[in-house]
Amino acid sequence: MRALLAIIHRDLLLVMRRKSEVLTALFFFIVVTSLFPLGIGADPALLRKIAPGVIWVAALLSTLLGLHRMFAADDADGTLEQIVLSPQPLVLLITGKIIAHWIVCGLPLVILAPIIGIQFDLDLSSLLVLMATLLLGTPVLSLLGSIGAALTLGVRGGSVLMSLLILPLYIPVLIFGAGAVYASSVGLDSSGYFSLLGALLILALAFVPWVSAAAIKIAIE
Amino acid sequence: MTAHISTTSNPALALEAHGLCCVRGERELFSDLNLRISAGNCLHVRGENGVGKTSLLRLLTGLSKPESGEVLWGNQSIALDPIAYHRELLFLGHRDALKEDLTALENIQMYAALDDIALPQEKALAALWRFGLRGRENLPVNCLSAGQKRRVLMARMLTRQAKLWILDEPFNALDTQAIQEMQNLIVEHLSVDGLVVLTSHQEVSIPNVQVLEL
Repeated sequence: MRALLAIIHRDLLLVMRRKSEVLTALFFFIVVTSLFPLGIGADPALLRKIAPGVIWVAALLSTLLGLHRMFAADDADGTLEQIVLSPQPLVLLITGKIIAHWIVCGLPLVILAPIIGIQFDLDLSSLLVLMATLLLGTPVLSLLGSIGAALTLGVRGGSVLMSLLILPLYIPVLIFGAGAVYASSVGLDSSGYFSLLGALLILALAFVPWVSAAAIKIAIE
Repeated sequence: MTAHISTTSNPALALEAHGLCCVRGERELFSDLNLRISAGNCLHVRGENGVGKTSLLRLLTGLSKPESGEVLWGNQSIALDPIAYHRELLFLGHRDALKEDLTALENIQMYAALDDIALPQEKALAALWRFGLRGRENLPVNCLSAGQKRRVLMARMLTRQAKLWILDEPFNALDTQAIQEMQNLIVEHLSVDGLVVLTSHQEVSIPNVQVLEL
């Protein structure tokens, strides 16, 4: 447990020392979601309709922007080797790195969502549903993304390959996340979508750290 | 190729390799390599560039798997209980494995947490000071020179409390005084029944050293 906290602390400290990389992803999210209302014009009904899809796609892409850093920086300076050689279960340390990635790349999206939502004229209940879906969905994005980041370690042009590998896996999260917001904005029950998102999160939590740890062991060898 | 080193008191604490074979790509670097190092001894691996020194060290750490053969620590294969083995092991590769954006002190403390050892701040500072980093402990590592980074690693070796040190080119980038300090550190480690495996192109003046020519 101490090791888990230590690695989260380490990764957050590193991000604080080099803020620009994180802010890029966050700015990307804000700018893309702001461009749509500006480009489409003031048609509240249309904006309300496209809001869930646009916000979720932007969240997907901005998560992707920060993913390649998850293991590549540690691999380049040799610290990843030391992490693999530490007397702690590698799965635990990888989980810590994924949590740190989510705190940096996922959590800010959840917090920013209401402000972005206002631009799309979403009502209060839809905003709350949007935040809740992002809260459940963005950890899944970080978890699944860690597989791609681990598999493409040391590959030249790895970030393009990673997008190709990972974006298809993001499709279910996108469908259920955007679906829940849309359902609630037209007054339908969205609890089914939440159950599915929750199930995705639990499944990903149960399997992904092991898969990523195995991929890293292969990459290091 | 065999390197037998005189056994001392505790036979349980020995690093052994039996019939190691290493293949990189199409090339076989070495095959049927046997070695045994027991507590208080040092193995100096030598050979030309590209002969497989680093590959051998990585096999001994368990970072890569041998094509055939096995590595034993305390008569048990290291693949059986890697976590217990990693608790006893310190591996320093030729990359510094320091986070450039963190300070020397933060790097040491971060590794202590990862390696699951309690390290009070005074002890970490004392280790850094011993290797001439007084006044530089709170500088980000990217402000240090290559040799000073290796000195931070020496502080880590001192605080790590590992039985087995596997060091890849530990004397790189060090000035003559630091090389002496590194040798003293290794001798100190050997005197408390530690084990050292190292590669180096220069002669080392360490007692109980056995040379393995690849």
